[in-house]
Amino acid sequence: MLVNYEEHTRTLVISFDGEIDHHSCASMAVISDDAIKKYLPQKLIFDFRGVKFMDSAGIGMIIGRYKQLIRFGGKAEMQNVGDDVKRIFNMVGIFKIIPLAKEKEEV
Amino acid sequence: MDNEMKLEIRSKSCNEAFARIVVAAFASQLDPTLEEIADIKTAVSEAVTNSIIHGYDSKDGVIHINCKLIDSSIEIEIIDYGKGIENIDVAKQPLYTSKPELDRSGMGFTIMESFMDFFSVESIVGMGTKIKMRKEIKK
Ligand SMILES: Nc1ncnc2c1ncn2[C@@H]1O[C@H](COP(=O)(O)OP(=O)(O)O)[C@@H](O)[C@H]1O
Ligand SMILES: [Mg+2]
Repeated sequence: MLVNYEEHTRTLVISFDGEIDHHSCASMAVISDDAIKKYLPQKLIFDFRGVKFMDSAGIGMIIGRYKQLIRFGGKAEMQNVGDDVKRIFNMVGIFKIIPLAKEKEEV
Repeated sequence: MDNEMKLEIRSKSCNEAFARIVVAAFASQLDPTLEEIADIKTAVSEAVTNSIIHGYDSKDGVIHINCKLIDSSIEIEIIDYGKGIENIDVAKQPLYTSKPELDRSGMGFTIMESFMDFFSVESIVGMGTKIKMRKEIKK
């Protein structure tokens, strides 16, 4: 997992990797919440490029972090969401509240 | 194809990944697609996680996972001897969770139901819960 804050755009990027389940979510939630409280970002991007597996625990974990963020008035987006992960998120229509970022050209 | 496998694990959250990987490896004998494997892994992960956090309330317990390959399908049973489910119809509703304080989404049963070809829940309060699922591997 990687946390990256860009001061001049006040954008926090939280990049997940590996498998997201009930077990791995615990530390992902703590690290994310700490970063949100520390930086109070205007924009938070959840990046899923390195994620190999996600079950419904991921839905709860992301919505929980989103609730932290909006307490401070930030906005959230998701990027690099693979098809398997997208299928899980689509079951609850999460992209209506946390939209997918416009895909950047791969170099 | 005709084959059988039984697995007993302790209700520790680090076993969630272990259980789904073992079942996926067993299912691979049927030559499933990547999507079918992802479906099976996700459904097993949901059921095992439920046994750990709901069945046993994150306390120590035993979970049995029984798998059978019959022709081109895999049958999976996931059994715990935990607290059981009072109202299965309510529990199965999308977004229903008895533990919203734990960042649960209430989508576990909905995922098992939609990712597998057959899905059933048997439960007795105070005795435990048995999930039965089947996935047809298309040829
Ligand atoms: N093995 C189990 N033992 C006891 N209760 C269970 C079990 N599995 C599911 N439940 C109940 O059914 C509800 C819905 O389960 P699920 O759809 O997986 O959502 P979630 O796990 O996010 O709460 C749970 O909140 C719990 O109350
Ligand atoms: Mg669940």
